Order: sequence, then structure tokens, then C-alpha cells
Amino acid sequence: MSSADLTSERDLPPEREASAKGDIAPGRDGPRDTGMDDASLHRWLARTWRTPAGIIGALSSVDHKVIARRYLITAFLFLCLGGLNAVAMRIQLSGPQRGLIGPDLYNQLFTMHGVTMMFLFAVPIVQATGIYLVPLMVGTRNIAFPRLNAFSYWVYVSGGLFAWVSFALSMAPDVGWFAYVPLSGPEYGPGKRADVWAQMITYTEVSSLAVAVATIVTVFKQRAPGMSLDKIPLYVWSLLVTSFVVVFAMPAVMITSTFLILDRLVGTHIFNPAEGGDALLFQHLFWFFGHPEVYIIFLPATGMVSAIIPAFARRPVFGHLGLVLSLIAVGFLSFGLWVHHMFATGLPKLGASVFTASSMMIAIPNGIQIFCWLATLWDGRPVIRTPLLFVLGFFFIFVIGGLTGVMLASVPLDLQVHDTYFVVAHFHYVLIGGAVFPLLGAAYFWFPKITGRMMSERLGRWHFWLALIGFNAAFFPMHIVGLWGMPRRVYTYPAELGWGNINLFISAGAVLFFLSFVLFAFNLVHSVLKGAPAGDNPWDAGTLEWATSSPPPSYNFARIPVVTNVEPLWAEREPLPVATGLRVDARELIISTVAEAHPDIREKSATPSIWPLLAAIAVGGTFLYSIFTPWAIVWGAAPIAVTLIGWFWPKGDPEDEE
Amino acid sequence: MNQRPAMDISGLPTFGHGPRSPTWWGTLGFMALEGTGFALAAGAHLYLATLWPNWRLSAPQPNHWPGTIVTLLLIVSLVPNHMLNRYAKECAIGPVRIGMVVMSLLGVAPLIVRWFEFPALNIYWDTNAYGSMLWVLLGLHTTHLITDVGDTIVLTVLMFTHHGYSGRRFGDVGDNVFYWDFVVLTWIPIYLLIYWLPRWG
Ligand code: HEM
Ligand SMILES: [Cu+2]
Repeated sequence: MSSADLTSERDLPPEREASAKGDIAPGRDGPRDTGMDDASLHRWLARTWRTPAGIIGALSSVDHKVIARRYLITAFLFLCLGGLNAVAMRIQLSGPQRGLIGPDLYNQLFTMHGVTMMFLFAVPIVQATGIYLVPLMVGTRNIAFPRLNAFSYWVYVSGGLFAWVSFALSMAPDVGWFAYVPLSGPEYGPGKRADVWAQMITYTEVSSLAVAVATIVTVFKQRAPGMSLDKIPLYVWSLLVTSFVVVFAMPAVMITSTFLILDRLVGTHIFNPAEGGDALLFQHLFWFFGHPEVYIIFLPATGMVSAIIPAFARRPVFGHLGLVLSLIAVGFLSFGLWVHHMFATGLPKLGASVFTASSMMIAIPNGIQIFCWLATLWDGRPVIRTPLLFVLGFFFIFVIGGLTGVMLASVPLDLQVHDTYFVVAHFHYVLIGGAVFPLLGAAYFWFPKITGRMMSERLGRWHFWLALIGFNAAFFPMHIVGLWGMPRRVYTYPAELGWGNINLFISAGAVLFFLSFVLFAFNLVHSVLKGAPAGDNPWDAGTLEWATSSPPPSYNFARIPVVTNVEPLWAEREPLPVATGLRVDARELIISTVAEAHPDIREKSATPSIWPLLAAIAVGGTFLYSIFTPWAIVWGAAPIAVTLIGWFWPKGDPEDEE
Repeated sequence: MNQRPAMDISGLPTFGHGPRSPTWWGTLGFMALEGTGFALAAGAHLYLATLWPNWRLSAPQPNHWPGTIVTLLLIVSLVPNHMLNRYAKECAIGPVRIGMVVMSLLGVAPLIVRWFEFPALNIYWDTNAYGSMLWVLLGLHTTHLITDVGDTIVLTVLMFTHHGYSGRRFGDVGDNVFYWDFVVLTWIPIYLLIYWLPRWG
């Protein structure tokens, strides 16, 4: 393509009526896609939406798919690291009084395992899946606030690196993933370890919050014309609800970690009962976040299940409205329950009963969801492929996790098994069954969209069975050894207790489970290189991400689809109705109204920029430095201000000007 | 997939004010999460206040005057703030420029008085938990004040360049107005907590 054809097209008079209200500079206009043939449309859009070449170009990318891919790969690497932590712990615990790992290292291991899994793997990976899929599913060209999204990624990686470099320097937090005071406070937590926990938490949550806001605005304002609230795909609903939970829950952990760092670094007494503070305040603030956190991980997983089941049951999901309402109910109820993590602290009796009741109430919407999924499968003609296998595995494991959860919600039992392996077993059933299994199903399901190739079905089945058996072998016996009284967070146990054999079995299961991930990784790499070509819609699914090519072009859709149904591709079997009239020489997309998704504005989406990376470096440096002196905040302010100005100052692109 | 044109959107405007624009929703999102942070910090303060029978822990009462002056300044600033909003909606560049200068000044003024608020608390952050919470609350709000004033000043400069006359910039001015309301609004409960809770309590 020569630049000559571009200018000749630019010179065409725009085909439209005189300037609409809202254009204060109608002179600034460019060619539109109306009536343009496919080849030139593609040329224009590819040129307008491309990520620039070279390293600086790659670092400047604001394409949601590029950022999401980075997020996914990074989160998977953190899963592997956290998994290695777990394997190391299990080797140490495989027999009584093994001397491989001492108590100090063991403390760092389980803390790093918990922190990595919760903050660097689970939350980022569900958000990343959303960053990739939500814009495609709602039929738009990029996520809202693309530069903020890029910024969030840089913040996330550098936060993770910070934690792992500290671990390499034997400076990793060793106070458990929730870092209770007084253990983590200035008196009992000398050195920098608890500071690393606090700053890394505050810092990575900035990233989650940014993604949550971008997701909410994408869903509210960038839906394709016609996608009214009742036509939003369930997966998108789940991310919307999750993002709201993030917005109202994550500030709590930031406040907690900020209070902690203040107590540690500048001598405030917020958690110090000797000077009018209170240690239990830490637990309240932390669990105000910590319990919803479980749902931040779990809700998107239910969205994935709701996307996978109809595609393989070959019918629209049963009870769409019921599922949406359940999602919203779970979102609300997730805030009512935090105190059940603190039963052992001696709360007033009545309070404890109320919390038991409300903890159990959340079983109702979850029950409705499971019922709707089963009904969909029952009434459909299910095709069992790997993604569906993982969903079935999810049902099986999650139900067990739910049952032990109901047991734990009763105060007497909780007091009995408090801080034993029973609890460790329970939350791995919930977290791995409730989130990791659906996530693996989702990986097999959407991999073709992301890479354009299918994953191996045969390896997929092997992976599934290995994971299911390994998982249960590793975690089911933990219930038993927990009931026998084995406490969590111990680096070894005496032989006389007779826990040796069962722990050996658990460790073997853990290794098997780990190997299933190795197989998965092999399948991923193998399929990227050699998988069968996927085509646009290999599963013949109904939502919009399957309407574009695999992998999607930088601009997602050549023209924005017009939506008439929850499963647009099933309702409109070729040709897809689309909207025309967007500019092709600037990054235009459609902003629509919140409820009805009527097209309202042609807005410009941000162009690539290196500034989000520089801003993340400035912010990250400030956080790192702040561990050593509070003055870091003062010194860091200037570079942060400079990078933010660089980020927002217009550079004269058409995107900046209108 | 094959496509069939079903809708023409070429006549749509290229920007909109208030809830029509995504930036407005983004600003609202950030207010929601920052507001949650404020609420939790205030909640922690009240939690400690109810926990200890004598919450001031025998510290002297804070001198409320600098805080009261800040409050008055902030409330007064709402008037030009909303005039500015109207000009931004009308895309009137001249009045918007003047309004932005006024708002920058009205942002700096409470910041200067704020400087005197910290000593007027009559306690240090490391004296006891009561002092810690006062400093935390005041510090939290001051951070918001500083960032918003910085933002306002940068936008003011921008409005005087050739980038100023564009729909997008007028939208930014509108969002800046919106955020300033938030900064003023969050101050009121914090003001009451810091200066009047010890007097009534
Ligand atoms: C390879 C798979 C995994 C194995 C073998 C494993 C094993 C373990 C073990 C043995 C502990 C208890 C350590 C102790 O108390 O001494 C533990 C703790 C924990 N695990 Fe896992 N885990 C795995 C995956 C995960 C995943 C995927 C998540 C989250 C999404 C997770 C989250 C946690 C958390 C939050 C803790 C608590 C850490 C603490 O006590 O501070 N784990 N894990
Ligand atoms: Cu909980």
C-alpha cells in the first residue's frame, strides 16, 4: 500500500450531512467506512490501529489483546512459581522431621505461595481474561482507558518482580498471606520483610483497581448498538459484577497495608493496643477485603462456566435472568460475611450467629446457578470436549468445597479445626475447584480465538484426568489429617504422631497435580506451534468474540456489529448486521447509552504511548524507596507528576484533538 | 463473517458531557473506590473511638480554626466551580480559561491554610493512636487535594495552548469540576470527625 492511496481517499468529501451538534471543529474530519470495500477498509484500519514496530513500540502498546496476552503469560508464570513453592513445602512435609527446609525458609515459602497465588496469579488472571474477552464480547475495538490498562500491567509485573526478588534475597515476607499484626507489626516483625508484604500489596492492588474501572466503563459505555442490558453475555456480567466487588473491596486491603506500613515506618499506633490502637482492627479491615476476594476469583469463573456450557450443550443457557440476578446477589452478599474468618477471636455470641446465617445464605444464589447449568446440560445435547470436562470437574470439586465451607461456617466446628489442615483443604477445594478448573476449561475454550489454533484434545483429556486425580489425592486427605489435629503452617511434625504415611500420600498427589500443569504447558506450546487451524468459530458458539477472525485483528471488528439477541451469532446466521459511518483514519469507536446501548457518540480511543510504562516506573520506584524512608513520597512526587503530564498532554494526533 | 449494513452512525457527535462520556464514568469509578477508602479510614477511627472509653487519650483538643477556614474556602469554591461547568458545556473558551485560573487559585488557597492545620491538631502522629488517626485522615484528604490541584493547574495551562479549543478538553474541564465536588464533599465528614467529634464525644 502506498501512501498515495491514503491521501486520495482522505480527499474524498465525507459522505454525511452537515456537522452534527457536538462537533466544534467540523473541519477536522477524515474518511469514513461507509460503502468502503473490504480490502481498503482493512488497510485503513490496520494502519490506524496498529501497535508500532520495535521495542519502544511494543512497550507503548495499548491494544487490549496485547496487554491481556502479557498478563496471561505473566500470571501463568507466577502460578508456576507459586506451584514450585507448594512442591517445596510438600517435599519437606512428605515425612516426619525432614531437614530439607528450616522454619525460616518454610515461613517465607507458605507466605510467598499464598501471596503469589492470591495477588499475582488468581486475581490478575481472571482480570486478564476479561481484558481480552470483554471488549470482543461487547463488540468494541478496545477497552476503555487503554493507557490506564497498559499502566496496570506494568504496575502488576513490577509488583510481582519486587516480591520475588525479595524472596531471592531471603527478604520475602514470612508472616502469612494475611500478615496479621502483632506478628507483622514493628515489635515482632523486624527487618524489611513485612514492609515488602505491605508495599507489594498496596502497589499491586492499584493495578487491579485500574482494570476494574476500565472494565466497568467498557461494559457500561462501549457495548455494540442494540446490546441492551438483557443481551449482555453472562461472562461479561460476571466481570462487571466482579469489577464492582473489586472497587469496593480492594480499598480495604490498601488501607490495611498502608496503616501497617505507617505503624512500621513512621511510628503511628493504629494497631498498637498499648497506645490506643487495636490489633483486631487489622483483621476486620483485612477480611472486609479478604472474603470478597474469594468471590473476585470465583465470579469470573462462573462466567466462564456460563459461556462454556451453552456452547457445548448446543442451546442457550437455561434461566439467563436467574443467572444474572444470582451473580448480582453473590456480589452483594460477598460483603456480608467477613467475620466468619474471625470466629476464633471471641466475638459476641449473637454477632457470630448472624454471620453464620449470612455465610450460609450465599449458598442460595450459588445453588440457583448450579441448577441453571445442570438444566442447560440436561436439556441440551452435550458434546463432551476438554473445556466441558473441566467444567464437570469444577462441579464435582466445588460441591465438596462448598460442603466443607458450610461446616466451617458453624462456629463450634470452626473453633475445632481452626488453623488446621482441614481449613487448608477447604480453601484449596474452593479456590482450585471454583476458579482454577473453570479457568483451565476456559483456556481450552478460548485458546483458538487467541492464537488461531486448536489445542490438542488428546493431551487435554490426559491433562484433565491427571489434574482431577492429582488434585483430589493431594487435597482430600488434608481434611483427614486436619481433623486429626495437624496444624497449618508447621515446617515439620514428630514421627510419633503417625502422620507420616498420609502426608507422603498428599505429597505424591501434589507432585502429580503439578505434573498435570507441566503437561498443560506442553500442550500450550505445542499447540501454538503445531495446532490445527481454528477458523473464526471452531465451537460454533453464539457470542460476538467468535464473529471476528482468530486471532482478532488489532481493530477487533471491521465494522461494529449490531446486536439483536443474547447469542447474536445463533440468531443472525450470516450476514451479520453492522453499523457504518465511523472514521477509518482515527481510532474511532462507538459510545452507547448505559441501559439500551443506543449509539450516542463517536469517540476516539487513545493511541499507543510509552508514558504509562514510565509512570509505572516512577510510581514503582517511589514504593520501593518508601520501604527505606518515608521521604520517598516527597522525592517520588516530581517524577510521578512529570510522567503523568507526559501521559495526558495531547500530542496532536487526531485522537487527541476533537 | 459476511456483513450487512444495518445502521448508519455517521451523524453522531464526537464528544459528550457528563454521563454521556466514558471519562465521566471513569471519574465516578475512581470516586467510588477512593470514597470507600475514606469511609473505611473514618470507620477505623470510629471503631477505635468506641473501643476506648476516653478516646482522646488525654490529648488536648485540636484547634478547629484553620480547618474551619479550609471548609469555608472549599464551600465558597463550589460557586465558581459550577459556573465553570456551565461554560465548559457551552464550549466557551474565554470564560473557561478565566474559570480555570480562578479554580487553580481556589485550589491553592486551602492548601496553604492546610499547612497550618497539621500543627493545629495539637498532637503528633506517633503520640498515640488518636493522634495517628487524625494525621491519617488529614493526610488522606490532603493527598487528594494536592493531586486535584496539580491536575487543575496542568489543565489550565493546556486550555491556554492551541490544544484548548476542542470538545475533548471541554469534557476534561467538566470532569475536573466533578472531581473537585468530590474533594469538597469528602472533606465535610472528615472535618467533623477531626474537630468536632472530640468536642461532642
Ligand atoms: C500445586 C498446587 C497447590 C499445592 C500443592 C498447594 C499446597 C499448599 C499447602 C501445602 C499449603 C499450606 C502450607 C502451610 O500451611 O504450611 C498451602 C497454602 C495456601 N495455598 Fe496452596 N497449593 C496449591 C495451589 C494453590 C492455589 C492455586 C491457590 C490460590 C488460588 C493457593 C492458595 C493458597 C493460600 C492462600 C494458602 C495459605 C498461605 C498461608 O498460610 O499464608 N494454593 N498451599
Ligand atoms: Cu470468607
